Amino acid sequence: MKRVAITGAGTINALGLDVPSTLAAMREGRCGIGKLDIRDVDRLSVQIGAQVKGYDEAAHFNRQQIALYDRFTQFALIAAAEAMAQSGLVCTGDLANRSGVILGTSGGGLSTQDENYRVVYEEGKNRVHPFIVPKLMNNAAASHLSMDYNLRGPNFTVATACASSNHAMGLAFQMIRSGAATAMLTGGSEAMLCFGGIKAWEGLRVMSRDACRPFSATRNGMVQGEGGGVFVFEDLDHARKRGAPILAEVIGFSMSSDASDIVMPSKQGAARAIAGAMQDAGLNRDEVGYINAHGTGTAANDKTESAAVADVFGTHADKLMMSSTKSMHGHLIGGTGAVELLACIMALRDGVIAPTIGYEEPDPECALDVVPNVARDAQVDVVLSNAFAFGGLNAVIALRRFA
Amino acid sequence: MDIPGKVISIIAGVAVLKHCDVGLDDTLGQLGIDSMATVETIFHLEEEFDISIPFNANAPAPGERDMTTVNDIIATVEALYWAKNPG
Repeated sequence: MKRVAITGAGTINALGLDVPSTLAAMREGRCGIGKLDIRDVDRLSVQIGAQVKGYDEAAHFNRQQIALYDRFTQFALIAAAEAMAQSGLVCTGDLANRSGVILGTSGGGLSTQDENYRVVYEEGKNRVHPFIVPKLMNNAAASHLSMDYNLRGPNFTVATACASSNHAMGLAFQMIRSGAATAMLTGGSEAMLCFGGIKAWEGLRVMSRDACRPFSATRNGMVQGEGGGVFVFEDLDHARKRGAPILAEVIGFSMSSDASDIVMPSKQGAARAIAGAMQDAGLNRDEVGYINAHGTGTAANDKTESAAVADVFGTHADKLMMSSTKSMHGHLIGGTGAVELLACIMALRDGVIAPTIGYEEPDPECALDVVPNVARDAQVDVVLSNAFAFGGLNAVIALRRFA
Repeated sequence: MDIPGKVISIIAGVAVLKHCDVGLDDTLGQLGIDSMATVETIFHLEEEFDISIPFNANAPAPGERDMTTVNDIIATVEALYWAKNPG
């Protein structure tokens, strides 16, 4: 079995247009959630979100590219460019054939669909731009990454709602560990902050109208975000030989299915995924210092997740830290696990635990150390990242500090 | 307009019960309506009466009324309906 290193990281999200600015925001406990600036926002009952601000697509892409790149593809390409630059990986010859892409997304080119449904239904036009299909398809981002970096090996997109990125990264990890691939670009992106995207979520009545306050007794729902995160996962020996920077080691992954309810989470399903990731990594529970929680800020998730962690860790649950960075960057749905992995890497490399901001009042059903409101300096060697999706699909990744 | 009758019909429909099996003092939970079915019930009420019912499945929303029993729901719908359609 090969060991797997992370040799590059990139992002764009509401906290920052790259990794350094995102990590700085997480350290400062800054909130990226604000009033939405989108078409027809006055017809929405939920008018807040974690939007990527100060981003001009024309500054990154030319007209032909924009005709093909939905916003979720743009986010993936921008994040991948940062990750590949850091990694220094250049794929030619056999390495290109043994390198690929696995990305997560839930909505794919949802804003392209939204815009073009308007054109044909609302505006009554009978013609759409010829590239709508290649622009909206869920695998568009993964395919464009392969073209930009000559990645000729395995390439596909995972759609498991809020766990998409974790599933994608977990599969990329498994492919490298098994020897099926040498390097993989992996992570995910989402651009669902359009009228139809938010209107659909509104219907479920689980969205907050003011803030995302995970684990706080005063929490009143989730807040959507947008953006993406992309990482270079690489065979550790290969990375060492070429002198690549090693940000962290991926050591375990587990998936489980609740097989119970389409929206209500299950403690047992979550616990099996958490315990499974530790078993896969060969970890004792007292080795885990930090968990980046799924922590959506809904009543149901946060208490179920807290109970699952308490069950798996027993007395150690009171010693570890668990924060939800969704309080800052919002819930990026299919891209969320990728942005949250940045908080895990920051914990391992920089010894800084990102806080759960917006925390107002303890909830006895979420009685863990959630690193309330202020980042904390702490040395941790092993971290987990949780993702529990609608549909009862769970995916947990384990990382270790590389020294 | 028979608001109570229509409300009970909608609740009975979601709960897959007969109209006569829905009691005014029953809670949605007692009728087998879980949180997701509650949200669906509210949607049908909003569509039927062309009103907006403030409701957050996580915590009471600002301006949210008591929606515990069938009677509470009827009172909520009546208040919102007559506020929108005075007279």
